[in-house]
Amino acid sequence: MFLAALTACAVSALLVLARIILGKTTFDRVLAVNSLGTIIVIGIALHGFYANRPEFLDIAIVYALINFIGTVAILKLFSTGSLKGNNK
Amino acid sequence: MDLFIDLLTGLCFFLGSLCIIIGACGLIKLPDVFSRIHAAGMIDTGGTAFFILGMMIQSGWSLITVKLLLIGIFIFFTSPVTSHVTANLAREKGIVPVGKKIGKLL
Repeated sequence: MFLAALTACAVSALLVLARIILGKTTFDRVLAVNSLGTIIVIGIALHGFYANRPEFLDIAIVYALINFIGTVAILKLFSTGSLKGNNK
Repeated sequence: MDLFIDLLTGLCFFLGSLCIIIGACGLIKLPDVFSRIHAAGMIDTGGTAFFILGMMIQSGWSLITVKLLLIGIFIFFTSPVTSHVTANLAREKGIVPVGKKIGKLL
């Protein structure tokens, strides 16, 4: 059961990876990278259940935090050109 | 009782797999940034909610359930923020949605 769910995660991760490779604009790629991060969070948690090692959930929490911060940082860098405070 | 828990978990995993595969196909198939945001939102809400519900049913009452609930709440609140920032910046940078006449603003 966990193996089937991991297979579904892998298939959808490959489809999202195709969108990252052939995306036209930057926003497509940022959106697809965010979705890939979400799929990887689910995959890490499922692998923790599949291998009977629930410590993997901590790694999943940290990956979710880094995913959000990274996406917002990339968009801010693309918007204003630097990561300093609120320079309009 | 054990079989019932397994059946419920399998149903939740099936629905979650359906959600994320439909979302990934939509992310490839749809024509524009503004419409691809819908597919990404489907991956972020439907898939995550069903998978985490299934794993919570499987784990019972323990610390693992609290951690899974933490992941679910975090993704549930940060996914709309990311979608909004992306759409706002894409509109600010002058990307025109498909099927819209150029010159007439929203």
